[in-house]
Amino acid sequence: MASTANKPVSGKKTGSSRQRQNTHEGFLTHRNMYWAKLSAALALVLTLLYIFVPLPGTHFGSSWLGYTLGTIGALLILWLTMLGMRKRAITPGRWSLKAWTSAHVYLGLLVTVVGTLHSGFEFGWNVHTLAWALMLLVVGSGVFGIWVYATLPRALSANRYDEEGAITEKQMIEALRSLDRQIHDAAQPLDAQAATLVGQSLDQDPFGGTIWNRVTGNYPNCATRHAINELRALRATRQRTKDDLLSRIDAQLTRKESMLERLRQHLKLKSWLQAWLYVHVPVTFALIAALSAHVVSVFFYW
Amino acid sequence: MGEIFKVAIIGSGPAGMSAASRAAQLGLSHVLLEKTDHLSDTIFKYQKGKHVMATPSQLVLRSDQEFDAGKREDILDKWNGRTAELGVNVMYNADVKAIKGTGEAIAGSVQKIVSRARDGSTTTTELQRFAPPYAITLTNGETVMAENVVLAIGTQGNPNLMRCPGGDLPHVTYQLDDPYAVLDQHIVVIGTGDAGIENARGLVEDPAQGNTVTILNRSPKSTNVRESFATAKEPNAKALIEDDAAGKLTIRYETETKSVEPGWITLSTRDGEERIRCDRIIARIGSAPPRAFVEGCGIEFASSDRLAFPTLSPQFESTAPGIFVIGALAGYPLIKHCMNQGYDVVEFINGNKDLKPADEPLLEAKFAGLPGRRSVNEWLEFLRSNVTILEGMTTLQLREFMLDSEARAYKKGDVIFEKNDPGSSLFAIASGGVNVRLDPNDPSKIVPIPSGSIFGEVGLISGRKRGATIVAAEDTVCVEISRNAALKLQSQVPTAKRAIERISTERQILQMFGSGLTPADITEVVDGSKIVQVRAGDPIIKEGDDDRDIYVIRVGSMIVEKEVGGKPVFLSYLPAGSYVGEMAVIDGGTRTATVRAAIKSEVIRIDGKAFRRVLAAKPALLDRARKEMEVRRATNAFIETKKDTFSGVVDLYSEQAKFLVSQGLGEATDVLLIDERLCVGCDNCEKACADSHDGLSRLDREAGKSFANLHVPTSCRHCEHPHCMADCPPNAIQRGPDGEVKINDTCIGCGNCQRNCPYGVIRMDKVPPKKPSLLSWLFFGAGPGPGEPPYKWSKKNTKYTGDPVIDEALDRKKAIKCDMCSGIEGGPSCVRACPTGAAIRVSPDEFLTVARLENEGA
Repeated sequence: MASTANKPVSGKKTGSSRQRQNTHEGFLTHRNMYWAKLSAALALVLTLLYIFVPLPGTHFGSSWLGYTLGTIGALLILWLTMLGMRKRAITPGRWSLKAWTSAHVYLGLLVTVVGTLHSGFEFGWNVHTLAWALMLLVVGSGVFGIWVYATLPRALSANRYDEEGAITEKQMIEALRSLDRQIHDAAQPLDAQAATLVGQSLDQDPFGGTIWNRVTGNYPNCATRHAINELRALRATRQRTKDDLLSRIDAQLTRKESMLERLRQHLKLKSWLQAWLYVHVPVTFALIAALSAHVVSVFFYW
Repeated sequence: MGEIFKVAIIGSGPAGMSAASRAAQLGLSHVLLEKTDHLSDTIFKYQKGKHVMATPSQLVLRSDQEFDAGKREDILDKWNGRTAELGVNVMYNADVKAIKGTGEAIAGSVQKIVSRARDGSTTTTELQRFAPPYAITLTNGETVMAENVVLAIGTQGNPNLMRCPGGDLPHVTYQLDDPYAVLDQHIVVIGTGDAGIENARGLVEDPAQGNTVTILNRSPKSTNVRESFATAKEPNAKALIEDDAAGKLTIRYETETKSVEPGWITLSTRDGEERIRCDRIIARIGSAPPRAFVEGCGIEFASSDRLAFPTLSPQFESTAPGIFVIGALAGYPLIKHCMNQGYDVVEFINGNKDLKPADEPLLEAKFAGLPGRRSVNEWLEFLRSNVTILEGMTTLQLREFMLDSEARAYKKGDVIFEKNDPGSSLFAIASGGVNVRLDPNDPSKIVPIPSGSIFGEVGLISGRKRGATIVAAEDTVCVEISRNAALKLQSQVPTAKRAIERISTERQILQMFGSGLTPADITEVVDGSKIVQVRAGDPIIKEGDDDRDIYVIRVGSMIVEKEVGGKPVFLSYLPAGSYVGEMAVIDGGTRTATVRAAIKSEVIRIDGKAFRRVLAAKPALLDRARKEMEVRRATNAFIETKKDTFSGVVDLYSEQAKFLVSQGLGEATDVLLIDERLCVGCDNCEKACADSHDGLSRLDREAGKSFANLHVPTSCRHCEHPHCMADCPPNAIQRGPDGEVKINDTCIGCGNCQRNCPYGVIRMDKVPPKKPSLLSWLFFGAGPGPGEPPYKWSKKNTKYTGDPVIDEALDRKKAIKCDMCSGIEGGPSCVRACPTGAAIRVSPDEFLTVARLENEGA
């Protein structure tokens, strides 16, 4: 039906060295899964080398292949740790954190192969095996992180939508505040018993609760739900009137509860998106410590 | 009626006050008429402590009043003090209603006033001008007589008044100074702009005040706040609705006032009339520009354009002899200009005819680099006589025009600009000539543009990148006209407007078909073409119609939709510079799709029959057009097959495209889009943004609208015609080499851009102190870490010196917005710093393509 008169000339640079992208491409599929392919190929080559290169059966680590694998592994681990720096050092240049993440993910998986081959499958109760185990723990938590990153954003996004479109965390909190104000105003004529119940709902901090509450999204002590249940019980014993105040407050509290539910789901997903890092990062530092001990000890005491 | 003053100055802003001061200094009999009870109301109304800048800094101040950058209070104090010291004869609370000559009727001097009614019809009234002295009538009934009048009333205008019966009663007011002082009243607020909403909410903020407030809204109630409160900021409107829900006040939708009587107001509502109690009415229904008043004084405007300024002589004299117009009303919004003009105009009235304007050194500098030693006046005359579009300008206009423009000299073979360079300026050739390069690889394929003509008009009109490379054909002198200057020129000089329109239409048609046509071939087509304004959402072509016109999109953008299975399906996005509708011309038949404006646009409508004749004479062109059509046919067919197999995907794709257009992509050139399926909410984009720009983030990831997993965060879209640029007093907002819209250091922090941006992407903030390095944070926990430092930290760590000048500079708020990481190697940090690939910056024509459907869909 139509066309552009002046077609853009591709590859034209105007001053900046920006790489343009037209579509979204995730870190897992980055560059047609370049890093996945590279890691898989390296894993295969290293495994074949391990199987077919004739080397002494014991103390594999001190053979030339063992040293090579160990050096590669140690350097890889240090490089993988550098992602934390890369993420925070916003220096000029044509780097992309997504490319780094992609490489981090796939080379991180490769480290398990490198480390395990380097061990020569000799395990014991020593610092060497500790380093290896910590490495697996780091990679394991990382794999969990990949799963979290690959699945939870969709759930997070879906939870934000309602009939009128998506709302943000800030808007959820604002909506709760607004409901609280309305409930507060409406509840003024209530008797002491009912007012206490409503007051408990108003006083409860939506961000309160334990870490356990947060990550499970389960709040057994929710004052709002408690108030709804108790008020309903109260209402059942009282005489019905037209334009019942209690039923109006009940409707408002129900709206508040559903908004709370949504906020809690939001916070739960957000905490899972971060929680795994609380294992991944500290264990990485433990790993580096164990690794240093391992390196020092092999040079001095082996 | 007493004394006849030599000069009466109306308005005591910088221009009027400076003029009155000069008159006082010269001992001229004078009077300064001020509407309010204080001097310089516009600056008086600035917020407390606001920093006022003195730009342009190179311009010398020539006034009896002092002025330097500083705090609002200090400046006003100085002016008030000096005005008293000079013994300026100020008359306060003197609101001028009319100015009329009392001498003889001036033969042949008739002012035609065209007034436009709401329905678009116009009426012309004629006004005979009379010679001075002038009688200046005030609203309080007094009359002031003066031989000369200096009009320095600015452009603020007066509030719109209520026109219903009883609208002139004393309890009908137009402002509310202190809402908390109003107690126990029934109040009706009219108008749901920000002012009305703030007044209404202020009146009920404390229930103890006991006010019963009703606010009237002409629009119907809607779940979409933006629809029912189109002129208000969203948070304001939402707060109002909340107050309504809480029973604090009442919003009445679809309601207008019918009549007013003491104690009561009659409303006309959807369900008929209603009479309610009302002790006070606060009408906040906008303000009218002062044009009608100015015209009524016998002062002619350059054109009927809304932006037009009065026609003035080099000495600021209007078409009414003895009435001078200076300051913002004359088109000079900056304080320094205004003050200089006040000085100059009184000198002139006093008989000093040789005074050189204060901008002389600025213009000298502009022309200094050019070959041939000419004086400023010679250069101006040279430009006027050689450049067609400047012919109709007065010397005053030309001087002002040159302040915003640049004169440039090019050697033969110099590249003036390259294809795809960003730029919205217009070039006019004063001597020499240029060549348009049609093929970047073949320097011999050129079209010459001769001296006197213009080029670069596509960038000016559409705001898109340059369409071709321009090379100087010989030694050439050009004037590069900034977009603002070009717009002003077009509103001041109607012939220039027509010339630019004709040339741009001709070029756009020629460009559509490359090198195959000459201007002579398409004379008929150009003559028959028409520029049409299209409102957002309105169609120019409807599917199934059998009209034959072709449209070239001049400004804005269009979307193409096709009805498939009863639903409109988005086919493609057409940026400015595209053309549409030629299929029906070439192949006949009915229209195969609907084309509607994504935003307010301008198209050139070309008569299909005339165009068909052009094509018939050029078989090669027809062939090429057919080939291009095939591509689009294939797209249509592709969508239809997809629709059969994956109808849900096509629907989603279509809806998503519509959502993006509603989010302003129709006028965007580069927009940040987040894929919510990838975004983990780490906010590294915001942190990266802050860390690349003085510690302030220019984007709010979470805010902004989302649809079908696509999120448009609050971040600059770098619009084609940026709203923020429209009203920047120091002209600090510019388009950079990569198309980025950027605010430079001359920002005075006035906040106009923030208010004008419809997407809320500009913030006013002060630069936080420098943070310790990343490594010292990582290892020693020094400083607040990556990203924008918390307010508390900034406050604690700002190193105040005790010197008020430096401390004030530290605290000064400036406008902050995305500059697309201009000048930073690697491009936008937000995109580079996204760990998952969720954030990309794209131009809409790159993103809104069918390729997207192929990738996403199947």
